Amino acid sequence: MDKAKELELKKIATEIRKSIIIQTAEAGSGHPGGSLSGVEILTYLYFVEMNIDPKNPKDPKRDRFVLSKGHASPLLYAVLAEKGFISKEELKGFRQIYSSLQGHPDMKKVPGVEMSTGSLGQGLSVANGMALAAKLDKKDYRVYVLLGDGEIQEGQIWEAAMTAAHYKLDNLTAFLDHNGLQIDGKITEVMSPEPVDEKFRAFGWHVIKIDGHDFNQIEKAVNEAKTIKGKPTIIIAETVKGKGVSFMENEVGWHGTAPNKEQAQKALEELQKQYEALEVQG
Amino acid sequence: MAKIATREAYGQALAEFGEVYKDIVVLDADLSKSTRTEIFKKKFPDRFFNIGIAEQDLMATAAGLATCGKIPFASTFAVFAAGRAYDQVRNSIGYPHLNVKIGASHAGVSIGEDGASHQMLEDIALMRVIPGMVVLSPSDAASTYECVRLAIEHEGPVYIRLGRLGVEEIYKKGELKLELGKGIVLQKGTDVGILATGLMVHEAIKAAKMLQDEGISVYLVDMPCIKPIDIDLILDVAKMTGCIVTAEEHNILGGFGSAVSEVLIQNYPIPVKMVGVNDEFGRSGKPEDVLKYYRLTAEEIVNKAKEVMKMKK
Repeated sequence: MDKAKELELKKIATEIRKSIIIQTAEAGSGHPGGSLSGVEILTYLYFVEMNIDPKNPKDPKRDRFVLSKGHASPLLYAVLAEKGFISKEELKGFRQIYSSLQGHPDMKKVPGVEMSTGSLGQGLSVANGMALAAKLDKKDYRVYVLLGDGEIQEGQIWEAAMTAAHYKLDNLTAFLDHNGLQIDGKITEVMSPEPVDEKFRAFGWHVIKIDGHDFNQIEKAVNEAKTIKGKPTIIIAETVKGKGVSFMENEVGWHGTAPNKEQAQKALEELQKQYEALEVQG
Repeated sequence: MAKIATREAYGQALAEFGEVYKDIVVLDADLSKSTRTEIFKKKFPDRFFNIGIAEQDLMATAAGLATCGKIPFASTFAVFAAGRAYDQVRNSIGYPHLNVKIGASHAGVSIGEDGASHQMLEDIALMRVIPGMVVLSPSDAASTYECVRLAIEHEGPVYIRLGRLGVEEIYKKGELKLELGKGIVLQKGTDVGILATGLMVHEAIKAAKMLQDEGISVYLVDMPCIKPIDIDLILDVAKMTGCIVTAEEHNILGGFGSAVSEVLIQNYPIPVKMVGVNDEFGRSGKPEDVLKYYRLTAEEIVNKAKEVMKMKK
């Protein structure tokens, strides 16, 4: 990836982080931690990789993205607004009555949301269904899904992992947002899913491990996944929960707690400084 | 006359409609021999997906297929479809109102020997409280065929309740035409109304004859569509007879009788007696013996009819 492109993506990512803070602060609720950790993954998918058109959100040929960890809705909404599926004005209504931006994404209310999610463990199966449909219809769109690392404690994930491998869904790429934390603490202390790479490999998947905040590594992994035939790919992305906001990073308490006014102010100032530093570079 | 189970008719109907509707895909969870989706699988192997013994995955995979324009029929036993995968049906099918059809076989106690773990007596209750879910409960082969047709023609989630036990023909295929939200009047009468669904329609028909032999005039209705329910017809029966007996192979709590009572109590309160399983789990036995044990019989419908007639004001 050339430097200019990377810089542009970093700027978008920083804007999205700001939006996550603003949405959750305005709502007084929501999940900032696990939204901030997945920012680079979604930024890459929506601004580089996926064939999607905000003017034609139901185009049958479009690539699909399923946010299986539906609580990261502020991340998805921020990306959809940045991409033009919804207005930025709408983001202010997040989690408020009369707003279409539900606490967890609702596909019937928000253009660009491919699946209503929130009950963990179901998104991979849904993505399988989409990938199967592509195979049946001989269409070459690809399906992406973002899983949480706590989420994979749900048994259904492993049912779906079997199905994806069994039906050779090489048009499916899963991302694991591997930030190591869930509501009650470290995933390894609550209920360890490790070693996740070996588990997915044993289930018949192609496994790639990357730094989930590095656009170059994300790009390389996504492109590698497209070359893999006969099996699905999982990109295990090592991430930092709360990434980009110093006092939120790796703090389990920020899983499902919104920042108050002062905290939001502080976070936005930090992010603004990050943005300005990027501007200096390019 | 040969008896045909509604699950058998379901498998045949899928294979038949599969010719016309190329978007139909069928999913099963390792029970295709029992749910009879095997008939479809043999004809359209490319459009059949065995998901293995994984009902949660079955339902959400069907949801994903539906988002891409397919008409998935997710098929398994009722106890797994409505029970084990309830959250998937609620959140991944019901909430986004996806076009998934759930073919739920082996409902009720009449599956017999397998016992309580496999005898689903709560599915009507569970499915009808999911907003937007259509709940169908055919009584014979022809009405099953019609229910499958209605499911295909309706845009949105549909639950079809099917039985394992062979049942006699009530209707001739080709002559029956079902409408969504409509019951089937088998005969009109003035002394008591009997509203039945699924397997219990057969007992209701016998009960109506027994009552008539005693000079009692029965308004007899088959209700294949539990949701949306035929409010107009229920009220017509209520006004004509002044008392109603409901019959279902389900827990009387939250089931078909409850659905009928909800309509009556809000519009035209009259006495109702319910024939069903009285808040118990099932037990093993030969299907006929189990049905008798739980008094899912014509005789019990007759008893309840006589009781409810005495309650008329």
